[in-house]
Amino acid sequence: MNVPEDLRFAESHEWLRADGTVGITDHAQHELTDVVFVDLPEIGKQVAAGQVACVVESVKAASDIYAPVAGTVIAVNEAVRSNPALVNTAPYAEGWLFKLEPKDAAARETLKSPADYRAQIG
Amino acid sequence: MSESNIVLKRTPLHGEHVRLGGKLIGFGGWDMPVQYSGIIDEHHAVRKALGVFDISHMGQFFVEGAGASAWLNRMLTNNVERLAIGQGQYTLMLNERGGVIDDLLIYRICDDDWLLVVNASMIDEDFAWMQSRLPADVTLVNRSDEFAGLAVQGPKAAAWFDAYVGGKCEAPARNHIVRLDIGGGQTFIARTGYTGEDGFELFCPAASAVQVWNDVLASGAAFDIKPCGLGARDTLRLEMCYPLNGNDLSPERTPIEAGLSFFVDLQKGDFIGRAVLAAQKEHGIERRLVAFKMKGTTPPPRSHYPVYRDGTQIGETCSGGLSPTLAAGIGMAYLPVADATPGTPIEIDIRGRRFTAIVEKKPLRKTKA
Repeated sequence: MNVPEDLRFAESHEWLRADGTVGITDHAQHELTDVVFVDLPEIGKQVAAGQVACVVESVKAASDIYAPVAGTVIAVNEAVRSNPALVNTAPYAEGWLFKLEPKDAAARETLKSPADYRAQIG
Repeated sequence: MSESNIVLKRTPLHGEHVRLGGKLIGFGGWDMPVQYSGIIDEHHAVRKALGVFDISHMGQFFVEGAGASAWLNRMLTNNVERLAIGQGQYTLMLNERGGVIDDLLIYRICDDDWLLVVNASMIDEDFAWMQSRLPADVTLVNRSDEFAGLAVQGPKAAAWFDAYVGGKCEAPARNHIVRLDIGGGQTFIARTGYTGEDGFELFCPAASAVQVWNDVLASGAAFDIKPCGLGARDTLRLEMCYPLNGNDLSPERTPIEAGLSFFVDLQKGDFIGRAVLAAQKEHGIERRLVAFKMKGTTPPPRSHYPVYRDGTQIGETCSGGLSPTLAAGIGMAYLPVADATPGTPIEIDIRGRRFTAIVEKKPLRKTKA
């Protein structure tokens, strides 16, 4: 499984880039199977760390996606609305979900490093 | 993973699923593949070419004896006397209230020799129900563990069958069953399925399951066969509005309410649940199982979502999902008959938001004329 070096990871399989962009990991998209719908958050929504921020639906189930850190939603990826399969095909690129303005820039450091996340998923 | 502390049963094909990279999940107490290449990909393979499913978890009961047909007609809704040797029918087993215990297929193997194929999760309950009502001149044997099952489904199934048996036998006609020695022992091959496509269901000795599975995949290669999991099995059956026991059928709903009157023979004499069904036929029903299709792009509906009409809740969904063929959310729900007419606009509540759906005629997937 692909685990990029420039990202930090939540135990619940979301990734966070230094610019606040959030998506789900390659491992997560593989576990979820074909993504067919993404329920994105509203821009301006304030989320606490670990709070449900959006919902990704695969053919078989709806899965909650959590905010890896606290913050305000400042952008959403409109492309995954019309083409949800991007979450499967490019989970770290075109398949990103939303962008956060973190409440506390240091919160990112509480998330898992690529090595720790790799160890988690085995 | 909530099922991790439950010991899941494995079919004889478990090792093949792992080897093929199948993604395994707990289903009705069994460790079964939900998908291999992907649910949507497998769904299209069955609609356009050929797919093979492991259905070894399903149960096989054998009923024999001079009184077998009379007894089966008291236990089941359809009329077994209509079956010629080698013929099968879809039927239901009801409780005294007319509610569904299980839906199953019954085949007449010889005059007084019957094969019943029941749902995996209902094997023990069905058997106990039947056993406790068994007369002296009938025997009932649960041979579920002796058999593996494969469903080969798709528009290329007939051509595949000829290649598979190498001209050793003619394909059984729709709803018929043949017995054939295809290596490793006697195998029952029925022209049945749960996908809405042409296809076969093979029930072979558990010990020869791996060989049969690999023979099917090898002979199916020329027909673009794909191994398929329970995920595609569910989307395929839902497009056809075939009920799934536990979702769409329950001990609280009758076959009349489920829209399965065609499989109920009220003229054949008494059977368990008949009085309730006869009364419903005469006086009408309050609710009916309807199919619906979501309007536009919405999250896929799933089971137990509230259903509204004009602001009032009128029911809840019992099955739901995305239809790969229609590229839209689809589902089924028991709704008041006043709201059950095709064309009726309803609303499905998905996580607190309501999305418009239209009641549609069954099946949702229209077969080409």
